[in-house]
Amino acid sequence: MLKLDAAIDTWPMLPHDCRIVVVGTVQLMALTSVEREPGHFRSTTSGFRMLLLCLLAIALMVLDHQNQQLVGVRKVLSIMLHPVQVIVSAPFNLGRNMAEATATRSELTSENEQFKQEALVINARLQRMTALEAENARLRALLDSTVKVGDSILIAEIVSVDMNPYRNMIVVNKGGRDGAYVGQAVIDADGIVGQITRDRYFSAEAMLVTDVDHAIPVELARNRLRTIAVGSGELDRLSLPFLPVNADVVDGDLLISSGLGGTFPPGYPVGVIRKIKEVTGQAFLRVDAEPAAALNRIREVLLITPQGGDEFAEAATAADAPPENEAGPDQVSGDVAQDETAAAEATP
Amino acid sequence: MARRVRLWPLIAAMVAAVAFEIMPLPGILQGFRPPLPTMIMIYCAMMWPQRFGIGTAFCVGLCLDILHGQLLGQNALALTAVTYLTLRFHLQIRIFPLWQLTVTVFALLGFGAFLQFLVEGLAGLPPAGLARWTRVLSGTLFWPLVMGIMDRLRISVEARPSSFN
Repeated sequence: MLKLDAAIDTWPMLPHDCRIVVVGTVQLMALTSVEREPGHFRSTTSGFRMLLLCLLAIALMVLDHQNQQLVGVRKVLSIMLHPVQVIVSAPFNLGRNMAEATATRSELTSENEQFKQEALVINARLQRMTALEAENARLRALLDSTVKVGDSILIAEIVSVDMNPYRNMIVVNKGGRDGAYVGQAVIDADGIVGQITRDRYFSAEAMLVTDVDHAIPVELARNRLRTIAVGSGELDRLSLPFLPVNADVVDGDLLISSGLGGTFPPGYPVGVIRKIKEVTGQAFLRVDAEPAAALNRIREVLLITPQGGDEFAEAATAADAPPENEAGPDQVSGDVAQDETAAAEATP
Repeated sequence: MARRVRLWPLIAAMVAAVAFEIMPLPGILQGFRPPLPTMIMIYCAMMWPQRFGIGTAFCVGLCLDILHGQLLGQNALALTAVTYLTLRFHLQIRIFPLWQLTVTVFALLGFGAFLQFLVEGLAGLPPAGLARWTRVLSGTLFWPLVMGIMDRLRISVEARPSSFN
């Protein structure tokens, strides 16, 4: 153990938990390494060593699963593995760059023309937006509530790598180095994409709203009926399991983020109601929504940092908690847990 | 006696296999991506048991865990167990004819997939569904090809042909 401590002290640039694991593994391997006698073929496996490695793997899994103590280990290992990601995504980037470089002049001019027109339309809308924002601020001041301010934005690109095939996760090319943080909301031009779940320093992992572990507090844009949209595991479907049979919901309703829970800023489109099914004898409707963001086509995403954190707390206190928000599934992200606490705080 | 082997081509093959794991594939093919790191690990453990042991398997498994964003240690455990079994029986399976070896690889890959299935079940993670088992199947189908490529590689990395096999 003395040797272990000494080794840890001489290696100061890594996080402490990481150093313990790395040095521990090395010492364990040295301790149990097989004597390599010439001509002695049977000695290549050692059950003892196998047992130790299995225990180490199980210990890692328990630590990783239970209380997220291995963030440092993960970060260091993922920085080491960053080159692999770069190599894998390189041909795809190269292909895109080639396509851009070989675009003809007429294509570029027509595209440019199109962008100019779009910019004109968007700017025109923005003019009205400024007036509306000012009006909103005045009205909110009359109501004695906090003024809603804009969000700051970080543009990121999706790295062309496949994550776990069984989950809806993506890797974006901005990480802790660029100011991305765990829990940050990810959007694209059409709506909410997901949230950052792991920071890899040079890049970050994001969970999409459609992942089975993801849930997002939403409200119907039409009547502000609040509920939770849970991922289904399919890229084109969200499910809304907590709408009672008598809820006022119709096909085509727009879902926007409600801002409860504080992870996602309020007001961004999440999806559109596509299928409503009433099952006889069930207290809840079976409602499916289609995500607003083009989850399987996006290349560029925006990481948004909400400015002025008061608005969420304010929204939570203004809310009277509907009963469907209390009943969350067992396996949902921290977002809903937060949402539930926010809702619990709201009830006097 | 431990035979002299040039390690760099083998390490390169392993890195390529790991990179293949995260290579973007069209949606339908993703479920049929052969588990190349496990297959190459089986081959290496079978052919150079003195060089590639469960320690290597553990490290490769950890890399896979990080790249896939899975539970840290999940792939490591499965790969270590598969490699251990390979090492334990490497003298027997090395002299198998190809079809018999392919069946063995099927069993090994299935065992690894089952371990991961078990871990995810115990950890209460969402089930992976059918994709895990289709990958075992495609890995088995691709084994003769991988074996052929690795055999070529083996001839080039070994100073002289192996004394057995």
